[in-house]
Amino acid sequence: MEIFLSLVTGFLFACGAYMLLRRSFTRLLIGILFLSQAANLAILTLAGLGDGTSGIVPYGETTLEAGHPDPLPQALVLTAIVIGFGVFAFALILLKRAYHKLNTDDLDALESTDR
Amino acid sequence: MNTMSTSPLILAVVLPLIAAVTQILLTGHSRAQRAATVVFSALVMATGVWLLLAVRGGGPLFVDFGGWDAPVGIRFQADMLSAVMVAVTGLIAFCGAVHSFAEVPHGQERRGFHSLFFFLIFGVTGAFLTADLFNLYVWFEVMLLASFVLLALGGGRKAIEGAVKYVTLNIAASLVFLVGIGVVYGSLGTLNFEDIAQRIAAGGGEGGAGVRAAAVLLMLAFGVKAGLFPLYAWLPSSYHTPSHTVSAVFAGLLTKVGVYSLFRVMGTAFASEADFLMPLLFWVSLLTMVIGGVGAACQVHTRRILSFHIISQIGYMTFALSLGTVEALAAGIFFVIFNIFAKTNLFFAASVIDRIGGGENLKHTGGLYRTAPWLSVLFLISALGLAGIPPLSGFWGKFALIRETLVLGHGFGAFVLLATGMITLFSMTKIWAEAFWKEPPEGEAIEKRPVGPAHVVPMVVLAAGTVVLGLYPEPFFEIFRTAAEQILQTPTMP
Repeated sequence: MEIFLSLVTGFLFACGAYMLLRRSFTRLLIGILFLSQAANLAILTLAGLGDGTSGIVPYGETTLEAGHPDPLPQALVLTAIVIGFGVFAFALILLKRAYHKLNTDDLDALESTDR
Repeated sequence: MNTMSTSPLILAVVLPLIAAVTQILLTGHSRAQRAATVVFSALVMATGVWLLLAVRGGGPLFVDFGGWDAPVGIRFQADMLSAVMVAVTGLIAFCGAVHSFAEVPHGQERRGFHSLFFFLIFGVTGAFLTADLFNLYVWFEVMLLASFVLLALGGGRKAIEGAVKYVTLNIAASLVFLVGIGVVYGSLGTLNFEDIAQRIAAGGGEGGAGVRAAAVLLMLAFGVKAGLFPLYAWLPSSYHTPSHTVSAVFAGLLTKVGVYSLFRVMGTAFASEADFLMPLLFWVSLLTMVIGGVGAACQVHTRRILSFHIISQIGYMTFALSLGTVEALAAGIFFVIFNIFAKTNLFFAASVIDRIGGGENLKHTGGLYRTAPWLSVLFLISALGLAGIPPLSGFWGKFALIRETLVLGHGFGAFVLLATGMITLFSMTKIWAEAFWKEPPEGEAIEKRPVGPAHVVPMVVLAAGTVVLGLYPEPFFEIFRTAAEQILQTPTMP
C-alpha cells in the first residue's frame, strides 16, 4: 500500500508541477490544488500507514496495540488539509479578481510590477 | 514552573489574537478602531519587553499547551532570540499602527485593515515562539494569509498583480515546507526542534538520507520566505504595491521570520547537517548580497530600490549563520535587529518622499533637502546606517561580522561583504541625490500632500532606536551573544 501511495504522490507532484508551470490562471490553481494534495499524501505515507486499522485507543485501554498507525501524522494532515483549503479558497478569489481587473488569464502578461 | 513566570510568554502569543478579534468587533467604528490599534500595539510591545526581561533574568521560558508534554505536545518556548524578536515585533507593530493613521485609506480600514494587521502580528510572534516544526508551519500560514489579504486590500491593478506573484510563490514554498515536515516526521518521529537534534545525536550524529532530504527541503522553503538568491523573485515584484504602512511592516518583519527560522532550524535542529548545508548557504548568501545590491542599483523607484536592498541585507544575515560560530551568529542577530529598524524606517521615509517629494519615481522627485531638512536627517540616519558608516549601528554589525569572517580565514567572503557595502552606499546615495539634493525637474509642479505627526513619530522612534543601537552596542551584543549561544549549543531537553 505504501508503494502504491508513493507512486500516487509522485504522480500528483508531477501533475501539480506541470500545471503550476503553465501560463493560465486556471491551470495555476489546479497545480496548487494537486501539489497540496500531494504534500498531504506525502506526510501520511512517509510516517507509515500501519496495518490499516484506526489509531483510536479501545475503550478501557490506555495504550494502542503495536502495529496500529501513528495517529499524529493523521492529525497533522487534518490540519494541513484545513489550511490548504483556506489558502486555496483565497487564491481562487484572488485570481478571479485578477482576471477581471487585468483582463487576461495569461501569467506572462503580468509584468507591470516587475519593470 | 508557576503561572506567573510564564505569563509573559502566554500573553505574547494570545494578545495579538485578542486584538485582532476586538478589531473585528469594532469594524465600522473608525475612531474606536484606531484607538484600539494604538493601545493594543503598545501592549504587544510592552509584553515583548516584559518577556525579554523575564528571559534575561530567569533563562528560557516554556509552556506546553493542551496538556501534553513536549515532544508530543506543542511547546512554546522563549529563549533569548525569540524574546528579542518578539520585543522588536512589538515595536514595529506600534510604529506601523501609528503610521497607518496617515497612510491607510478609509476604504481599507472598513475592509478590515486593523484586524488583519493584528493577525499578521499574531502569526509573526507565534512563529518566533513555537518550538515545534509543524506549529511553525501553522504560524507561517497565519502570517501569510494575513499578508495575502493586506497586499490585495488596495484592490488596484498593481496590488492585485503583485499579490498574485507573492501568493503563488509563497504557497509553493509552504508546500515544500510541508513535505519537509513529513520527511522529518517519517524519519525521526518527532517535530520538536530540540528533540530532532537529540534523536539525530542519539543515532550517532548522522541522520541518514531522510534527515538530509528534510534539511534540504526546509532550507529551500525558508530560502523562499527569507528571499535568498535565486528564490527572491516574489519580493521585489510585490513589496512596492500595497499601502506604505503595509510595505514598511512587511519589509521589517516578514523576511526576518524566514531568517529566524533558518537560524532556529539549521542552527539547532539540523546542526548535524551543517557540513553539508553551510558551504551551500555560504555561497548562496554571498550571491544574495551582490545580486540584491546590483538589483537595487539599477532601479529608479524608491520602494523597489529598498525592496532589492532587503534581499541584499538578508544575505548578510544568512552569511553569519553559515559561518556557524557564536560571534558570527551574534553579529547576524545584531544585523537582523538593526535591519528591522532601519528598513522599516526607510520605507516610512519613502512614504513621506511620495507625499512631498514628487512621488516614487526618482526621475520626478527633488528638492527635499531644502523643503524638508528634518526628513533628510531621518533618512540619512537609516541609510548611512545600512551602508555601515560608523558610528551608526549598521557599522557594528558589519564590523563584527567581517572580523569573524577574517578570523575564520574567509578572505573572499570578507571582500564580498565590503564590496556589497559599497554598492549599498551607491544606491542609498542615489535616493539621496535624486530625491533630496537635486532641484525638482523643471516644468513639473510637485504636488504636495500633507504630512502629519503620524508620519514623523514612528520615524523618530525608529531612528532613535538605530542611534542607541549604534552608540551603545555592547549591552545589546551581550544579549545577542547569549541568544547565539542558546541557538548553537547542543540541546538537553528537560
